[in-house]
Amino acid sequence: MDSVAFAQQIRLKALTLCHTFRTSHIGGAFSIADVVAVLYSGVLSVAPDRVNDPTRDRLFYSKGHACTALYAALDIKGFFEKGALDQNFTKDGTYFTSHINHKLPGIELSTGSLGHALGVACGSALAAKRRKDDYKVFAILSDGELDEGSNWEAILFAAHHRLDNLVMIVDFNKIQSFGSVAEVIALEPLADKMRAFNWDVREIDGHDHDAVTSTLRDARAKPQGKPICVIAHTVKGKGVDFMENKLAWHYKSPVGEDFEAARRILGGSDA
Amino acid sequence: MRNKFIQTLTQLAAKHDDIFLVCGDLGYSVLEPFSEQFPDRFLNAGVAEQNMTQVAAGLAREGYNVFTYSIGNFPTLRCMEQIRYDVCYHQSNVKVVAVGGGYAYGPQGVSHHTTEDLAMLRVLPHMTMCIPADAAEAEGAARFMATHKGPGYIRLNKAGEPAVHAQLDTMAPGQFIQVRDGAGTALVGTGAILHAAIRELDAAGKAWAVYSAPFVGSYGADVLKPLAERYERIVTIEEHQLNGGFGASVAEVFSDMFDAGTLKAMPRLKRIAIPNAFTPNGDGRNDIFRPTINHTILAYHFVLYNRYGERIFETFDYGTGWDGTYKGKLQQSGSYVYRIRFTSITGWQSDNNGSVLLIR
Repeated sequence: MDSVAFAQQIRLKALTLCHTFRTSHIGGAFSIADVVAVLYSGVLSVAPDRVNDPTRDRLFYSKGHACTALYAALDIKGFFEKGALDQNFTKDGTYFTSHINHKLPGIELSTGSLGHALGVACGSALAAKRRKDDYKVFAILSDGELDEGSNWEAILFAAHHRLDNLVMIVDFNKIQSFGSVAEVIALEPLADKMRAFNWDVREIDGHDHDAVTSTLRDARAKPQGKPICVIAHTVKGKGVDFMENKLAWHYKSPVGEDFEAARRILGGSDA
Repeated sequence: MRNKFIQTLTQLAAKHDDIFLVCGDLGYSVLEPFSEQFPDRFLNAGVAEQNMTQVAAGLAREGYNVFTYSIGNFPTLRCMEQIRYDVCYHQSNVKVVAVGGGYAYGPQGVSHHTTEDLAMLRVLPHMTMCIPADAAEAEGAARFMATHKGPGYIRLNKAGEPAVHAQLDTMAPGQFIQVRDGAGTALVGTGAILHAAIRELDAAGKAWAVYSAPFVGSYGADVLKPLAERYERIVTIEEHQLNGGFGASVAEVFSDMFDAGTLKAMPRLKRIAIPNAFTPNGDGRNDIFRPTINHTILAYHFVLYNRYGERIFETFDYGTGWDGTYKGKLQQSGSYVYRIRFTSITGWQSDNNGSVLLIR
């Protein structure tokens, strides 16, 4: 399965989870689905049988609310017990919470409160530097969470300590919780800001698998003295036309005709 | 005691190669023994306590036992959510070290008064808290935390505290250390204020028993039951708000023990702490409750209710406060709810409510 087909499977599973268990954040799951698919298609050095292997790469998924994209990817890749996610998502007594949980295999850090994971990733990357370990550290952040001051503390820190084993990916879908990023707290010019903070910045189309693959492989391979910031320009709700660029799909659970139509668009079989 | 703590930690770091010290740009003339000897396990995270704590959590998950270090509220309240989530929920090996506990930095102002930390941190799951009373206990705290797995909090005073213990062998969570024998009343203190309390007892000629409680929380019945049975009265003392602090933690356990039948009677317990309250007893201190408003007032309304919802005080005059009475009678100790509304001459409007504690 190539990463494009994998991304489609992630979207279909995320859609089904949000539908079956009536949860939110499908828009943010769809915007990052392609990046997640590429990461788990040979970029990250991770596997279900080595989740505690000290040499594995670390992925810190800071936008924990968009859990369905990561849960779906890990499920498809065999990190979870077969069927456990499909049955237990958001159920009492399980760790399949609708903000990701580190007690599940393959998840490094519980998130859900924004602005935490980049700093923790810095600690993990610094440990590798101090001990001369080879693992790489990735962090996926939403655009809205760049409002958090703690992220900018971490951004200063990573550059100062030349954490070139750290790759921050920003899912820049331009919509945050209560409006567009431009309306709420403007981030632009984001690439200039990150360059001024002494990061190595790459801007890509976050849905172009060739661009995402080559950029992330390159970022992983060649440490050059600076932390790397990949600004992935994405579309909230990407993949289902009527969900794209709509704030409502930060909240709505796909039900009824919406769900059926979305499933058809994503190539799902009829119920 | 902060120097003793860092000296001990530095010695231990030679033996335990997982000890890592991260400071928030504080520790001049204190941390150098560590930073010079172990530069690869020292980090100045800058004036950024949220990130300091996040980085500590990241280092901890890679195998280090990380000590964060700053003054009072900065490594604690400023980054409370990082401590709750990144450290405690993940059961990270992160120990938060705060210097200047209580009023140790008193003249430096409210920003430096560490008076709510125990209440806020002791409710966090997996947190083990240590508040040394003197340098010997600070050394014990460092020794304990150097091998303790999981989150910890060490609240230090600053420097030059008189010794409480002539000699101290071991310290463990849940234990009270007897400082002196006595009868009738037992004083149990946490932190450097214990020495001042002992001095007061001596000045007053009181032969109370004295215990030190360097670890706050997780007291067992083996400690509290003999205490409750041996003494007529127990007095706790701490440099912290009355609400939710050390004395409150003792009261909670006594209540649970009484409910469980472990204690046949509730002990008399007096908590000495910082009151969030007013005391209408005519001593000239905190006798009247009223707000201070930095505006020129145009309209003003202050109303106060008791726990039964009765309106027991009302005024439209900013200069008048509540003296603790209703229909000429001093009201009982407890919580009262207020609402204060005003409009300033510049048109500023404010509507505040809250509760106040009356202590008789």
